[in-house]
Amino acid sequence: MKLIEARGISKIYPLGEIELKALDSVSVTIEEGEFLAIMGPSGSGKSTFMNIVGCLDIPTAGQYLLEGVDAGKLGRDELAHIRNRKLGFVFQGFNLLPRTSALENVELPMLYNGVAVKERRQKAYSALKTVGLEGRENHHPNQLSGGQQQRVAIARAIVNRAPIILADEPTGNLDTHTSREIMELFQKLNGEAGITVLLVTHEPDIAAYSRRVIRFLDGRLVSDEKMQ
Amino acid sequence: MISIPWTARIALRALKVNKMRSALTMLGIIIGVGAVIAMLAVGTGASRQIAEQMATMGSNLLIILPGSQTSGGVRTGFGGQTTLTLGDAEAIQRECQAVQDVAPIHNGTAQVVYGNLNWSTGVMGTTGGMNDVRDWPVGAGRPITDEDVRSATKVALLGQTVVDNLFGGIDPLDQIVRIKKIPFKVVGVMAVKGQSVMGQDQDDAVFVPVTTAQKKLFGTSFPGMIRQIMVKAKSARDLDPAEKQVTELLRQRHHIGAKKDDDFSVRNLTQMMQAAEQQTQIMTLLLGAIASVSLLVGGIGIMNIMLVSVTERTREIGIRMAIGAKTWDIRLQFIMEAIILSLIGGTVGLIAGVTGSQILSVVAGWRTIVSPFSALLAFAFSGIVGIFFGFYPAYKASLLNPIDALRYE
Repeated sequence: MKLIEARGISKIYPLGEIELKALDSVSVTIEEGEFLAIMGPSGSGKSTFMNIVGCLDIPTAGQYLLEGVDAGKLGRDELAHIRNRKLGFVFQGFNLLPRTSALENVELPMLYNGVAVKERRQKAYSALKTVGLEGRENHHPNQLSGGQQQRVAIARAIVNRAPIILADEPTGNLDTHTSREIMELFQKLNGEAGITVLLVTHEPDIAAYSRRVIRFLDGRLVSDEKMQ
Repeated sequence: MISIPWTARIALRALKVNKMRSALTMLGIIIGVGAVIAMLAVGTGASRQIAEQMATMGSNLLIILPGSQTSGGVRTGFGGQTTLTLGDAEAIQRECQAVQDVAPIHNGTAQVVYGNLNWSTGVMGTTGGMNDVRDWPVGAGRPITDEDVRSATKVALLGQTVVDNLFGGIDPLDQIVRIKKIPFKVVGVMAVKGQSVMGQDQDDAVFVPVTTAQKKLFGTSFPGMIRQIMVKAKSARDLDPAEKQVTELLRQRHHIGAKKDDDFSVRNLTQMMQAAEQQTQIMTLLLGAIASVSLLVGGIGIMNIMLVSVTERTREIGIRMAIGAKTWDIRLQFIMEAIILSLIGGTVGLIAGVTGSQILSVVAGWRTIVSPFSALLAFAFSGIVGIFFGFYPAYKASLLNPIDALRYE
């Protein structure tokens, strides 16, 4: 089933006289359950692409369909609703709320869709267990290592049972050993829970964990290959 | 959408992170609310005092004074002409239907002596009607009787202040005091009356029969002359008819032609009091308005801090937006912070205002009354200030672009 479908999407930023084409007629289809890596040098448009897929931005031209819904036609709050229900974000800089416990960080998405307190707590506990952080529920981000913080972020991404995880260079701030653990966690979530994972990276050995790699260059999609 | 209690929890936590800053921001509101409450308390206290003094003056009161006099182009003030007589007072009592009671007054200042003590005080010649007109009963002994007035007996009723200053512990009844060296028998002591509107001690007075005052103490420029007449109307509604009847009667008695001015003036004390009360109310409003300026400044302080807070927490806003916070979720969060700041400030300000007005009444001796209404008003006002000044920063936060917000360093 087509989960994500981009139909000739472009993102153009007017820069005075000239226009900057951050994305130039990109068409790609991603099926449910895929594990896809997006590669390319800086400024190639991969982050712009991720922002559009993540419903944080809308394309200037073309259509972006998420589960068959045209995101370009949705308002600010409807996009927020989709982000809450369908998408889980994992960032390079973790982006956890400071001075807030791991548990409460994971509960955060559920605050915005009216899940009852009890259920919220229980779901957050089980998400933290899934990422292997049992017993650290009450630690604050500054009491956790980088790898642990990223796990909290992943728990936050999966707690709403979102079908898609968008990870923007999730291992960029981590050492090799921790990177491997994080990638194995993504693999596990993809394999066991069937969550579709989109991963932006420029490290080939991180991309190697995925099963499909697409490459961007100057805003264009230049290659799309299946991995072994 | 996020529930209100959780929004409040998040807001409280955010405020706790910057305790000093939150406290200082609240201080603006505390001072504002405190000032409003204290100022309103001073104003309310003043107008209550006037209202109470109005009651001690005696209600439904008219005062008739002799008119001014023009001689050779020079006009004297009221009372310059001595046109009122005891006969006028008796006629008013007899003929004006709207009048309940009349007290003619012929007064002056005299030295009152008892034993080796003496005291200068106002001596008021009047009749028994005075007790009713001024709502001022006799505390001990008897009032001035018609018999006293008819035969100009040398009897006196003392005000409490005079008793205190001349008698110490002795019972003044049936003692002899000398007024202007003339011996008077004390037949009664007036009940305690307190201060007048002008702050005069009304108990510092001696009452004698009006005829005695005329003949033995102060003299008259012509027989029967008195200085003023106090009239009590039957009810508040009878005040205007009484004024009209008295004016008509006196014009007749004084043979004043249709085109000539009155040679007396009738003053409606209740109206004067109401005017005074109105002035106090205006003063209260003015004080409140001035104090609200500080509340406004406090509100601007909240807005300022909220704007700083929004900028500081841009990334947090971005995170919340990325995981699904809607426009109003973000907006409510910041508005809630502003409301909590101003409501806590309002509560502390309420306490400060109440304490402050009590201190004022002790130190400055002003009467202050914190009315529940003013407390409620200041409190509600602080809430409104929170919403009003919190809205713009919250609005700004809610319209941030999530991508830019996430990248904000």
